[in-house]
Amino acid sequence: MRRVIEDIGFAAARFVAELGRMALFAGDVLRAAFTPPPRVGAFVSELFQIGVLSLLIICVCGAAVGMVLGLQGYNTLVRFGAEESLGAVVGLSLIRELGPVLTALLATGRAGSATTAEIGTMVATEQLDGLRMMAIDPVHLVVVPKTLAMIAAMPLLSALFIVCGLAGGYFVGVVLMGVDPGNYVSSLQNAVDFREDVLGSLLKAAVFGVLVGLISTYRGYTCAPSSAGVSAATTSTVVTGSVSVLLFDYVITALWGV
Amino acid sequence: MNRSPSRDLAVGLFVLAGLAALAYLSVNVGGLTWRNEGGLVVDAYFDEIGGLKPRAPVVIAGVKVGQVVEIRLAEDYRARVRMDLKRDLKLPVDTTASIMTAGLLGDQYISLQVGGEDRFLTNGGVITMTESAISLERLIGKFIYSNERGGSGDEKNRSTE
Repeated sequence: MRRVIEDIGFAAARFVAELGRMALFAGDVLRAAFTPPPRVGAFVSELFQIGVLSLLIICVCGAAVGMVLGLQGYNTLVRFGAEESLGAVVGLSLIRELGPVLTALLATGRAGSATTAEIGTMVATEQLDGLRMMAIDPVHLVVVPKTLAMIAAMPLLSALFIVCGLAGGYFVGVVLMGVDPGNYVSSLQNAVDFREDVLGSLLKAAVFGVLVGLISTYRGYTCAPSSAGVSAATTSTVVTGSVSVLLFDYVITALWGV
Repeated sequence: MNRSPSRDLAVGLFVLAGLAALAYLSVNVGGLTWRNEGGLVVDAYFDEIGGLKPRAPVVIAGVKVGQVVEIRLAEDYRARVRMDLKRDLKLPVDTTASIMTAGLLGDQYISLQVGGEDRFLTNGGVITMTESAISLERLIGKFIYSNERGGSGDEKNRSTE
């Protein structure tokens, strides 16, 4: 019995210590981000890896989610004869919730895991130690461009996801199900407010970008220098990244009501 | 870090596409422009606003011309409804504002009936003639307790659909 409680205490202490190390790491990244010279080339390169190469999956998933929302929404609304508010259903659920969250989950799986694996391999092959030998801060050269690129790419990807979803919902609702196009667009425009919905969606996407960027780089940076360590770090990025995105989503919604 | 034209082009296109999507969401879907333009702001005082909420549309002849931006309780315990309308709208001073319901159970909105005066409402003007929200519960009550007048009122409410 005593042993079980000791185990729980140890796990809790380890969790808090991990959070503290992550916060220190975030401080390091923040400090390095404002240290000259800015690594513009590396940032653009990471933006290519994270943003451009995620475009296809983001657009396809956005359109699929929009289409299924259109279909489900239509089938439910038509029972109440309210199918003219399909645009509001599709638009609000995409903008407030599904766009930022699903984009963050997809980015965690596609780009976050790759980031962790890349930095983890650098740790395992002692490349980061080599950089330190040359008096180059590995946080400044390797971590900061990746984190900043994730933060910059997330709102853009989320916006593209939402636009693809709106188009998918339009296709199913208007073209397949025969909702009046004017009704779809006007209910969408009436329901969505810039300050409450669109800005809130951007805020969520930016917070998720910070989360996924920091978690994926931290996991890689602190990974055990072995092939098993890299694989464990990558798994842990996907798990902690996804879970914290969903938890923070609830917290943001509860605090700011977006 | 070397420049790579094809990669930079792809990144540039990605950023532009993302910003275009954001702009579309803000302006076209979110209706950003109306707030920035700072259109014609007009107040109207109602005895009863029912379920009217901020952001409810304001329409003339069914066409949306603005939205409700603020609802406050005025000093005389009436509801002051502030509306943000299109800037180039010329509204005569004897314009009437009434609160309507979209469908039987739908959201409430404000409908303006344009008057015939030569003088026009300016920014910060007040619409003096208003028609309060029709309370369905009150109508049903009337319909039950008095016989025919309540019935005709109910019909009138239905015909606004």
